[in-house]
Amino acid sequence: MSDAHSSPYLHHHFDTLEQQRQASSLGMWVFIAQEIMFFGGLFLAYTYYRALYPEAFAVGSSLLSLGWGGFNTVVLICSSLTVALSVHAAQVGNKNGIMRYIVATMFLGVIFLGVKYIEYHAKFDHNLVPGRNFQFEPHDAHAHTAPVEFELPALVASAQAQVPQMAMPAMDGEALHAEEEHGELSFDPRHLQIFFSLYFAMTGMHALHMIIGIGLMFWLLRLAGTNRFAPEYYTPVELFGLYWHFVDIIWIFLFPLLYLI
Amino acid sequence: MSDSDASSPSAAPARNYLNFATTAKSWLLTLDHKRIGLLYLISIAFFFLVGGFGASLVRLELLTPDGNLLSAESYNKMFTMHGVIMIFFFLIPAGPGVLGNFVLPLMIGAKDVAFPRLNLASWYVYMTGASFGVAALILGGVDTGWTFYTPYSSTYANSQVILTGLGAFIAGFASILTGLNFIVTIHKLRAPGLSWFRMPLFVWAMYATSIVVMLGTPVIAITLVLILLERGLGLAIFDPALGGDPVLFQHLFWFYSHPAVYIMILPGFGIISELISCFSRKRIFGYGFVAFSSMAIALIGFFVWGHHMFVSSQSVYAGLIFSFLSFLIAVPTAVKIFNWTATLYKGAIVFRTPMIYALGFLGLFLIGGLTGLFLSSMGLDVHLHDTYFVVAHFHYVMVGGMVMAFLGGLHFWWPKMTGRMYFQGWAIVTAIVIFVGFNLTFFPQFLLGYLGMPRRYHVYPSEFQILHVLSSAGASILGGGFLMLYIYLPLSLFIGRKAPRNPWPATGLEWEVAESPPSPHNFETTPVVTEEAYNYAHKDHAFFEQDIVDILPEEDENV
Repeated sequence: MSDAHSSPYLHHHFDTLEQQRQASSLGMWVFIAQEIMFFGGLFLAYTYYRALYPEAFAVGSSLLSLGWGGFNTVVLICSSLTVALSVHAAQVGNKNGIMRYIVATMFLGVIFLGVKYIEYHAKFDHNLVPGRNFQFEPHDAHAHTAPVEFELPALVASAQAQVPQMAMPAMDGEALHAEEEHGELSFDPRHLQIFFSLYFAMTGMHALHMIIGIGLMFWLLRLAGTNRFAPEYYTPVELFGLYWHFVDIIWIFLFPLLYLI
Repeated sequence: MSDSDASSPSAAPARNYLNFATTAKSWLLTLDHKRIGLLYLISIAFFFLVGGFGASLVRLELLTPDGNLLSAESYNKMFTMHGVIMIFFFLIPAGPGVLGNFVLPLMIGAKDVAFPRLNLASWYVYMTGASFGVAALILGGVDTGWTFYTPYSSTYANSQVILTGLGAFIAGFASILTGLNFIVTIHKLRAPGLSWFRMPLFVWAMYATSIVVMLGTPVIAITLVLILLERGLGLAIFDPALGGDPVLFQHLFWFYSHPAVYIMILPGFGIISELISCFSRKRIFGYGFVAFSSMAIALIGFFVWGHHMFVSSQSVYAGLIFSFLSFLIAVPTAVKIFNWTATLYKGAIVFRTPMIYALGFLGLFLIGGLTGLFLSSMGLDVHLHDTYFVVAHFHYVMVGGMVMAFLGGLHFWWPKMTGRMYFQGWAIVTAIVIFVGFNLTFFPQFLLGYLGMPRRYHVYPSEFQILHVLSSAGASILGGGFLMLYIYLPLSLFIGRKAPRNPWPATGLEWEVAESPPSPHNFETTPVVTEEAYNYAHKDHAFFEQDIVDILPEEDENV
């Protein structure tokens, strides 16, 4: 570090800034490759269980809020734009631009997480969180009889009893609707727990990556605020951009898999 | 630690990475890959002792057919502790964390790895994970086996699954950070003139290892997360009562854990290539084949995991393919064995300690590899599955293979790491004790398994006792051999003879250019590579006439 080097940005074990930049960039791509494998395990579990229990997954999907999910998708795509703009600002050495767009990205990230909180909260309210309190009631909540403890015969009986006056404001999914018109469920509601477990695991891991990203943006703001970036050195901004785009792309896969199909 | 003052007693030593700063802080916050390698060495040496303690109790218990030392529960906890610690906290970090960290940048003429801070972080992450493992042990242990099979681990086990799982999860990120560092370092920090096919084969092996680490470890990470979520928060992923599939867990687990055995053994392959070439005084036979066989093992290694599941309700047709691919991976492995043997042929073989380990490796790994083919045959595996045959096979590969290779490498680079020679006589005796003890421990287990002794049982029919007693007797010899390492290697730091720059003398930048021990930044000027690796042809003369006479007699006086 005390060695005489041409650039203040150059670490002692690199010969040139270009070599250092390429090393960092390759490192980020390798990191993203391992991230893909990390989420890959979740996508594999999802694919496998969806193939095993298509009906339960279709019903589960219809119980998610398409509106909030779609809104969050738009929010994330916008945040990808702002992060790309911050990289551009770094390229041209516009310190205020970097900070402005990073703050905008943070803002959008927080909105995403806030919406995620609303959605999670609704799942808790509707007892759709897997575990002891999980209850799936394919009828109006206020027409409540005994809690359906995921026993198929009891549930079918209760569903049959409730079908005529079924209002279903909260869960008007087409798949579910079709089932109930026939008066019985063709899927085992226990499998809904698998769907919601995967929903929470996948979106939870994604949200965790967003929280880490927001933490990284505080670090970038500090670096930018102390004039650590210049047109010849803005690697952290660039690599953070890669990371954020990656997190965005994960959501681009999660949204249709969980909400749309 | 003691390493820091190793070179201080001598008068006015040259400035090197050990003595340029000696405070605790200069060690705990070091960004130097060599110091991080030593930190890893001290840590894994500790965990090897802890894991070995578990193995000792297991072998003691198995002396008699009845369970008189340990209850069934404590026995389960002991073999689990042995497996978890040896695999996650010793074998996986041993190759990359210790020897990889120390010699890889030296070998390629770099001042450090690409990301020194991540490298230090890797050690701290490893220590954090290992602390969780130790905490689990102190708080009652875990009894699932190192494989964490569901639904036992996720639902029914009444032991510290969460802490242990967290420990393995966290330690996984330590390997990921190391693997990431090595891939980038090898791509971007090679010295001028060091083209890919001039790299030492250890570097190729570390490259292959790192690729497996980067693509495999995240999968075990998410799998452990799912178990923790299921066990801790009640999510339903693998629980058959809710329609979950425990076999899915086995697929995810073995997708990592089979490649993980290549994470453990590939560095060993790299070490053996260095040792055999150096102590045969010959360029390695078929350099390109040895290099690419590492890459082939890394690649095919990802497609053989199903051979762990021939009897786990896996489709027979899937089993056929997995069986075929498991046979296929024996080809690049055999290429290595043949090429090492061909390197020995007409070589001027010199029996130094590292070479003793390397030759031991050749025989033991050959047995380990060939018995692997027994287990990847679908019909035979039905008989051998979950017996001591598997235990014996695994230990022939991991101890007979990796531990022998690691110890060979440790002795080989010990003069470079510490600046001191170890005691040749002690070391050779220890190597032979370990070899004998190892065979006596594990060869009877092949017979036990073939006769039907299941693994993970603490009571057994009395007709198996003679073989178990042999095995336990061997284990005490083996343990004695390992303990000797813990005596003479640290001792050599204080009274070992000072190491010359290139005691063997070997080729490679770490021997020919860097000092023993190296300076803090490895090289005063960036070295330029002008020749292929293992160019021993013109070095033989110097070795026999000068260095061997120079080095050996003095060492023998120390014994």
